[in-house]
Amino acid sequence: MGQKNSVKMEAHKLKDNSAYRTLKDKVFLIGVIIVSVITISPIVLIIGKLVWEGVGQINFSFFTETTPSTFEAMTAVANNEVIPGGIVNGIMGTFLIVGMASLIAIPIGILIGLFLYENQQSRYAGLIRSLSDILQGVPSIVLGLISYLWVVKNVVQGYSALAGSVALAVMMLPLIIRSTEETMKMIPGTLKEAALALGVPYYKVIIRVLIPSGFSGLATGVLLAISRILGETAPLMLTTLGNPMINWDITAPTSAVPLLIWNFYNDPNMINLIWSSSLFLMGFVLTMNIISKRLVAKI
Amino acid sequence: MTNNLTNKNIDILENPVLKMEHLHVAYGKTDKYAVRDVSATIKKNAITAIMGPSGCGKSTLLRAINRMHQLYPDIKTLGNIYLNDEDITKMSAIHLRRKIGMVFQRPNPFPTMSIYDNVVAGYKLNGIRMKKNERDAIVEKSLISVGLWDEVKDSLRKKGTFLSGGQQQRLCIARAIAFKPDVILLDEPTSALDPIATSKVEDLLVQLKKEYTIVLVTHNMSQAARISDYSMFMYLGDLVEYGKTKMMFTNPRDKKTEEYLTGKFG
Repeated sequence: MGQKNSVKMEAHKLKDNSAYRTLKDKVFLIGVIIVSVITISPIVLIIGKLVWEGVGQINFSFFTETTPSTFEAMTAVANNEVIPGGIVNGIMGTFLIVGMASLIAIPIGILIGLFLYENQQSRYAGLIRSLSDILQGVPSIVLGLISYLWVVKNVVQGYSALAGSVALAVMMLPLIIRSTEETMKMIPGTLKEAALALGVPYYKVIIRVLIPSGFSGLATGVLLAISRILGETAPLMLTTLGNPMINWDITAPTSAVPLLIWNFYNDPNMINLIWSSSLFLMGFVLTMNIISKRLVAKI
Repeated sequence: MTNNLTNKNIDILENPVLKMEHLHVAYGKTDKYAVRDVSATIKKNAITAIMGPSGCGKSTLLRAINRMHQLYPDIKTLGNIYLNDEDITKMSAIHLRRKIGMVFQRPNPFPTMSIYDNVVAGYKLNGIRMKKNERDAIVEKSLISVGLWDEVKDSLRKKGTFLSGGQQQRLCIARAIAFKPDVILLDEPTSALDPIATSKVEDLLVQLKKEYTIVLVTHNMSQAARISDYSMFMYLGDLVEYGKTKMMFTNPRDKKTEEYLTGKFG
């Protein structure tokens, strides 16, 4: 009897609390909304500012002509005109440097990732995994310095696109290694066993079954790594230097979009080009990110 | 031959396809065996069911037959297995696995391949080249054998993962028989399927035993009773009893078997 009474009492109490609970619920909801607005406002503000300041400079010649001289820019600004010329030398340089870095980093990174997945328990794999994590934390300017010593000083004997690619490839490696390993872990183990049970040799199981099954995951990792290095400036300052002309020679100094932004920043006549170049770079990185998100959703 | 087989419950079979002698399998460094001293012979063109409660070593025994354990360095296998009087440890694993097909618990068609490519996956992945009409013939024959041809003949180019669970499992069986193996190993092939799909797979296995030797692991006693010719009962890694299914279900020789079959444990 006594117990029954106390249960009734509890129920009574709970009913009384319901208004307080609803209030608590609302307070938390408002709190979450405020925090999330704070989180997304920087990206909205950044994109808004870039579009506002930069879109005026974006025209056909922006993508087809090389950077103008200070004098041309000064004249245009004085006459209240759009600065002539574009950043095609930077765009092409970025494609060259990033493309070459990808060529170096993607095969090595995927192979190491596969190795780590296949030998998860081995001590050597554990060592590689920790070293790759440490590599991810190395400041990019330090990688630039190392590439300067390796390539600029000893291989090419001068600033070159190749030196920049080496520095960026080292930056990409840990990202690709990690994403490859994580993607492979998500593929059901029975798939591998099914292929092996058909008498398929081990290397063919990896090439013909595991890599195609995890392709979208691998592509996502690669795209994220590329979008990570697209905006790197510091290592390029020490390795590729910059070039006012379009350059396809991997042993010659080469320009890149982030390098151009730095140059424009140092030239008071070119201020307007900073915004449009940044808008271009931001748009490019954003597109890469969206594509990789789409790929993840497809899995 | 009887003398070197320690398990006295075994019916002696003439010209077995598979012969296991004193087979031990252990996980890790411990002395605990998941399969302990199993000796048995498997009859040609018959269904042999391996039953027993969870963790009794059924799947472990099955996977020893096509040397799947070799993939995991922690697993130690002792003893001998002969496939048509040939020691399987002396054969190359690749050659062995082409002669012994395997079907898994969960249907696992290759998600990147079409239905057509899944059936000939064994040939394709091994880089065996053939003419298109030869390949078409293998696909058609294998799919007819598993009763899937009429259901999928218009959508051979679709991904294998579009099929229902039961169809996927029959596709996996088609993939295993496309290579014309001597033996098909099935590891609880119906445990992820609904009753209708299960009965289709069971009917299929009864059909297939005319051409193939089938070893089936099942935790479902009634399934073993329905379709198998011979049954093994395993308990805690030991092969407790092995004999004709009808005999075992009507008149088990071992007390443990009787308790399991009458539902006292398991």
